[in-house]
Amino acid sequence: MRKIESLSGLEKWRERILARQKQYETVVSVCGGTGCHAYGCKRVRSQFAKVLRENGSRSKIRLRFTGCRGFCERGPIVTIQPQGVFYQKVQEKDVPLIVSKTIEEGKVLDHLLYEEPTTKRKATSEKEVPFYKAQHRLVLANNGLIEPTKIEDYIGIGGYRALAKALFAMEPDQVIEEISASGLRGRGGAGFPTGRKWEQCRNAPGDMKYVICNCDEGDPGAYMDRSLLEGNPHSVLEGMIIGARAIGANQGFIYVRHEYPLACKNGEVAIHQARRAGFLGQNILGSGFDFDVEVAEGGGAFVCGESTALIASIEGRVGEPRSKQIHTVAQGLWEKPTNLNNVETWANVPLIINQGSQWFSSIGTEKSKGTKIFSLVGKVKNTGLVEVPMGITLKEIIFDIGGGPQDGKKIKAVQTGGPSGGCIPASLFDLPVDFDSLARVGSMMGSGGMIVMDEGTCMVDVARYFVRFLKEESCGKCLPCREGLKRMGEILDGITEGKANGGSLALLEELAEVVADTSLCGLGKTAPNPVLSALRYFRPEFEAHIQQKKCPAAVCTPLIQYSISQVDCTGCSACRKVCPTQAIEGEKKQSHRIVGELCSKCGSCKDVCKANAVMVQ
Amino acid sequence: MDFQAVEAIIGKHQGKRTALIGILHDIQEQYNYLPAGALEKIAQRLQMDLPNLYGVATFYKSFSLTPKGKHSITLCLGTACHVRGGPKLLREVAKRLNIEPGQTTKDKMFSLQAVNCLGVCAIGPVMLVDGKYYGEMNPVKARKLIEKLIPNGRGVRA
Repeated sequence: MRKIESLSGLEKWRERILARQKQYETVVSVCGGTGCHAYGCKRVRSQFAKVLRENGSRSKIRLRFTGCRGFCERGPIVTIQPQGVFYQKVQEKDVPLIVSKTIEEGKVLDHLLYEEPTTKRKATSEKEVPFYKAQHRLVLANNGLIEPTKIEDYIGIGGYRALAKALFAMEPDQVIEEISASGLRGRGGAGFPTGRKWEQCRNAPGDMKYVICNCDEGDPGAYMDRSLLEGNPHSVLEGMIIGARAIGANQGFIYVRHEYPLACKNGEVAIHQARRAGFLGQNILGSGFDFDVEVAEGGGAFVCGESTALIASIEGRVGEPRSKQIHTVAQGLWEKPTNLNNVETWANVPLIINQGSQWFSSIGTEKSKGTKIFSLVGKVKNTGLVEVPMGITLKEIIFDIGGGPQDGKKIKAVQTGGPSGGCIPASLFDLPVDFDSLARVGSMMGSGGMIVMDEGTCMVDVARYFVRFLKEESCGKCLPCREGLKRMGEILDGITEGKANGGSLALLEELAEVVADTSLCGLGKTAPNPVLSALRYFRPEFEAHIQQKKCPAAVCTPLIQYSISQVDCTGCSACRKVCPTQAIEGEKKQSHRIVGELCSKCGSCKDVCKANAVMVQ
Repeated sequence: MDFQAVEAIIGKHQGKRTALIGILHDIQEQYNYLPAGALEKIAQRLQMDLPNLYGVATFYKSFSLTPKGKHSITLCLGTACHVRGGPKLLREVAKRLNIEPGQTTKDKMFSLQAVNCLGVCAIGPVMLVDGKYYGEMNPVKARKLIEKLIPNGRGVRA
């Protein structure tokens, strides 16, 4: 790789890459996202490499190991271009057949296609799969087209063109104006206008300024930032370089949580390649602008997603937040003006610069522009990453894209916004999703986790889960958060254990208000949201726990009991074999029985029972 | 204990204070935990007070001041895994290993961690065993996986 020192040099390089790519008649893309890794995509890729090497077709067939394609539960995913064939759940043993039938003979293998569960219709290409059909992929669009560790792939699809435009055809002020006009708002959760933040940082006095990319995606249930940094790291870097030039920063950091090893690695590789190609370092593309980026790793602390705590962590200190009377745009990293944006926000920047603010603002609602990536997970049929225009309804996301409930159960709520958000009941699923509408119903956008809950989910247990989560993650600096969450957790523990009394809910609500009003940082201020929203929409469930000592969803172990239906039990003994406490007795081919005192309520028997004879009450 | 590796790790990060968390990660990878001697060396080289360094080392959950087991088992307790039975899975794994999350078995074979989200939410509940992800887990599958790691299948002595 030669260092690119001018605009024409970049375009010439692109032409050479595109010419080289023409030699391939076929491109086989194996998804290399973390979800597909769990299903063995590495073995699938090695098998492809082996088969293609053996039949001597590596020069004509390109094997590409891409980033996350989003439909993780159907992994490993393999696509074949130019035919556009979309295969799911591909295993090693399928590879020789794919090569001989699909690649060489052009025949589609029926058993690897996605089948729509209700209509039984098979989808041959990605766009025929309902999960993808209703999506509007802009930021995630290129994840399947590039190998994240090959900068040439990114250049081939027009990468760093937006940077060239921002450097040579626009003044820094114009870049900020363009971002402001686009209406882009921070994708990390709060939805602060990105252009305004950049402008404040640019105007802040000081020679030394920093930009930071926040990839401390601690929000449980959300993983779009990880998939972006893993799957298309150069788009994030390009956004950061454009932002740094606009703001006047010469150094940047990507703060990645330690739980994301592949994102750390792909980020490092991208930085190294961008440096060698001349997109980072001194005199970028011959423009006279200097900028470099480093990866800073987190240490497993949720609070470090908060900007001031994150900054403390980069400085090598304990990740405690500080009061934000002085904003980080004025005094951030080492007390210098610092602009911090989330991964998805940065990845939107090159799109806006390339296609213009008018194009971007034509997508979405009045106050929330563009698309948003959600991680649609939990009790829904199709789980994975979905990118949709702002303003789409929850119903469309959960039922059209997500395919509705799993195993026939009724969906009762969706949780958005992580531990700062809330649960939205199914009765409100016609709600158009944007920053403001979610806030109106007591939740928030957050970084985009969307956890679907059905009748088997206990809302008291969910409320307790979030309070416990936050109690553990509270840094302990301020008292309301440190002590308040602990007490809220104790009240909720009492409710789920059947030990609460009539005054518990009033006390819980009062405490929630105090924690929200008096905590130092966002963690504590928003911590009561999951509890308050659960109480707002699912109060009868709390009351059932308190008054009848019953858990309607059959989740809270102290309030439930397992038993076996004597009518339905076939006496297959599968349950007896898996029971870790030997609590099941019964002769083979005769009805079995659970000994209550020995039962640990682990549910293993229910998991293995084919006759559906295990009951929970 | 030989702390030559500590010097090399600090050198790799150019002795920068901003790289402190990265340095601690590398040390932990090298020794399987953060040995007191290594922390003293880091404090000296980075010109930090030792109590401050201990503050950092104990604040972040990724670090351990006691040696970890041969096999690392991490269970995800993110929301998506939670609603799909993550807590039940953790309970069963903890019972099988006879330790609580954050602990190591006496024979130093297994360390158990519970984390708040591994970011593989679509295929929960997720279990991470020695760096390898396992999706859609349940107590039965988890037990089988653990049995495979126990030498001679004799079981874990806590």
